[in-house]
Amino acid sequence: MLRLISSSSKSKSSKTLASYSVPIHFPNPHHLSGSSANSTKIPPLNRYLNRFSSHGFARNPANFADFNQNWSGLRNFSCESSSSVRRETLNYDVVIVGAGPAGLSAAIRLKQLCRENDVDFSVCVVEKGAEVGAHILSGNVFEPRALNELLPNWKQEEAPIHVPVSSDKFWLLSETRAFPFPSPFNNHGNYVISLSQLVRWLGAKAEELGVEIYPGFAASEILYDTSDKVIGIATNDMGVAKDGSKKETFQPGVELKGRVTLFAEGCRGSLSEKIISKFNLREKGQGQHQTYALGIKEVWEISEEKHDAGSVLHTLGWPLDPKTYGGSFIYHMKDRQVAIGLVVALNYRNPFLNPYEEFQKFKHHPAVRPLLEGGTVLEYGARTLNEGGYQSIPYPVFPGGAIIGCSAGFLNVPKIKGSHTAIKSGMLAAESAFGTLHKESPLENFWDSLKSSWIWKELHSARNYRPAFEYGLFPGLALSALEHYVMKGRSPWTLKHGKPDHEATDEAKMWRTIDYPKPDGVISFDMPTSLYRSNTNHDHDQPAHLRLKDPKNPENVNLPIYGGPETRYCPARVYEYIADENGCQKLQINAQNCLHCKACDIKDPKQNIKWTVPEGGGGPGYTVM
Amino acid sequence: MKIIVAIKRVVDYAVKIRVKPDKSGVETSNVKMSMNPFCEIALEEALRIKESGRASEVVAVSVGPAQCADTLRTGLAMGADRAIHVDYPGTLYPLSIAKILKALVDAEKPGLLLLGKQAIDDDCNQTGQMVAGLLKWPQATFASKVVFDEENKVATVDREVDGGIETLSLDLPAVITTDLRLNQPRYATLPNIMKAKSKVIKKVTPHDLNVEIKSDLEAVQVAEPPKRKSGTVLSSVDELIDRLKNEARVI
Repeated sequence: MLRLISSSSKSKSSKTLASYSVPIHFPNPHHLSGSSANSTKIPPLNRYLNRFSSHGFARNPANFADFNQNWSGLRNFSCESSSSVRRETLNYDVVIVGAGPAGLSAAIRLKQLCRENDVDFSVCVVEKGAEVGAHILSGNVFEPRALNELLPNWKQEEAPIHVPVSSDKFWLLSETRAFPFPSPFNNHGNYVISLSQLVRWLGAKAEELGVEIYPGFAASEILYDTSDKVIGIATNDMGVAKDGSKKETFQPGVELKGRVTLFAEGCRGSLSEKIISKFNLREKGQGQHQTYALGIKEVWEISEEKHDAGSVLHTLGWPLDPKTYGGSFIYHMKDRQVAIGLVVALNYRNPFLNPYEEFQKFKHHPAVRPLLEGGTVLEYGARTLNEGGYQSIPYPVFPGGAIIGCSAGFLNVPKIKGSHTAIKSGMLAAESAFGTLHKESPLENFWDSLKSSWIWKELHSARNYRPAFEYGLFPGLALSALEHYVMKGRSPWTLKHGKPDHEATDEAKMWRTIDYPKPDGVISFDMPTSLYRSNTNHDHDQPAHLRLKDPKNPENVNLPIYGGPETRYCPARVYEYIADENGCQKLQINAQNCLHCKACDIKDPKQNIKWTVPEGGGGPGYTVM
Repeated sequence: MKIIVAIKRVVDYAVKIRVKPDKSGVETSNVKMSMNPFCEIALEEALRIKESGRASEVVAVSVGPAQCADTLRTGLAMGADRAIHVDYPGTLYPLSIAKILKALVDAEKPGLLLLGKQAIDDDCNQTGQMVAGLLKWPQATFASKVVFDEENKVATVDREVDGGIETLSLDLPAVITTDLRLNQPRYATLPNIMKAKSKVIKKVTPHDLNVEIKSDLEAVQVAEPPKRKSGTVLSSVDELIDRLKNEARVI
């Protein structure tokens, strides 16, 4: 029954996903009129409040039976929440926000250290995706360096790392031709993987070691004590209606308190950004602001003859103009699957640029199109990534915890790899956190261990490539060649980044709209079709998680001055300007479509859009991304 | 009174499904699986009946491969007291499930058996009806409202049928299958999920229940529906008649 509804809706090409997806949601909202009004219900809150105590202890599943009895009779109410409903508090030694490469590696490393030192610390990982790996998207050509340190037996333990890189090509594209160049990368020893699959495997490994992972729960609030030290996080209330009232299924959030809290939310993490601004971590770190790019990716299944497992291709040039940094990638995975994507730096100037449409255009290039003909798209997705590198690393330690992985920003831009440094940063943070818990050594050791690790060396020698492209594509290539072949990373200078991404957008009057070709439905697709393939969904009856600081800003600033860029850079068509009854254009936010990429949080010219976390369990459902 | 709720682990409703290249079925590896939404509604109804004091215990039951235990844990986290996993890794059809449920009902002797009206992967809508037939119990399917009278052991059920709403009165024990508008299932809370991790799930096999899994049905091929062709706008009635006669050949 449901499948029929969803397949017929594909023919409504002009509507966005939100407008026709309502009928297929569970639970259906219009039941509320009758049946449940009479049912007597004990509010669920009371049922579980009776059983929990607030003291930390080893949360080993084997011990569960024992301490269950110790708890009965002890109660703890946490009254620190600002909501009128009291929230349950659960205590752990370490709370990690985000079950990605960094978060899970930190969890695994902590448990390994516990075993080595014959102690046990309880570790809890909360993840906003419906399952571990659902929100993970990456190219991905994986350098196993950090994984070799964390789990040396990954091959025997059947990690989903199977396809070694077999060839490494690099093309400069013009509209009709592809010019091969010597590849600046050295991917020998690396593997083409699906990071989502690898993270699922890491999650299973973490659970084997006793880490508690809770997917479907979104950390929305940071908890502080009276001295402004971070003592944990709180998950958001579930079952809140669009107008803010409590639905029948309302459940208050839960407070997860940790002696150490690690934020591993990925690029532009919503809580991490709050921490960074509260504790001034950018100034205390390397000093520069972070710069970003938006990556849009599809995984295709192509015909056997065209597939070449392990083949890696990167391109520069068309369809992007020389002033816009970005490029594409095509990686051949296993099972005839191919990952293809376009990365566009978010400091582009033309407000009419539409990265999604540029990606669709790219697939039509004569050198790319034949690969995809006859294939089918399995998944679609998008995510922003860090490009600031060495110059933008914030000081990652704050009272009560640390920021790890892409939330801090350890991506090596010229290599286009950040997974290995994320894993390593998680491991180093775990080691410092273990020291703090076990021997009361300061958590600030994490910063020192970062600076003496290979992450630092790697990012230091990679620091000048991306800033060189501030001068344009060809000067950038020339400077990069200089950096790579002559200076070999030992330049005495450190180039600075240009303006922050949101300030780089020119006013609309300086540019003209771009006429993008219509999708052909075979190689290129319209937005609703692509969104359908991301398996993204949110319960529609919840407050929109994209908050506007000034609700009038879109109509007063974004639309007249910048031409409404959010309608173009969002890879999920969350933002649309629709004429209201008076014929005035008003911003409509289709929050349900959101892919959690954070592009709007980064690129909005006046930083008016704030991405906050929606109810846990929503968002994309990536499996092979 | 005990309530047994039968739940099924299916492909999550938000996932875009694909047919396997060899057309033997739908791709289920690397795909998110969750509890069938109608089974969630059935479980929620059972929990509400228990919370109103009219039932003593809610037992969640699932038949399938080892991963069904995860779905049962979600059921435990929502509030079920016990869970039974009938382990069988192969293909299952509604009649086999009905036979297994009958065996479990004979063993557990519940006052009510709740199921979702159909599973969203096969849309069979058969299991509830079949098990009621096997048990010779009264059945009310597509329930949109359930009112219990514990003293007289009667359940009054509103059914959503094609003609409107039909109200039936059933003597207990009975089988009820739930439809969408019955209730809105609760969220499993974090503390409950934690507790459910340690609860024991009883594991049995069809052999233990003396049920032989065999089927007279065999899925020969699964294929995607043909692509919809676009319509054309015709200019006159004559053209319509001409097309219907000569192209579509229906008149």
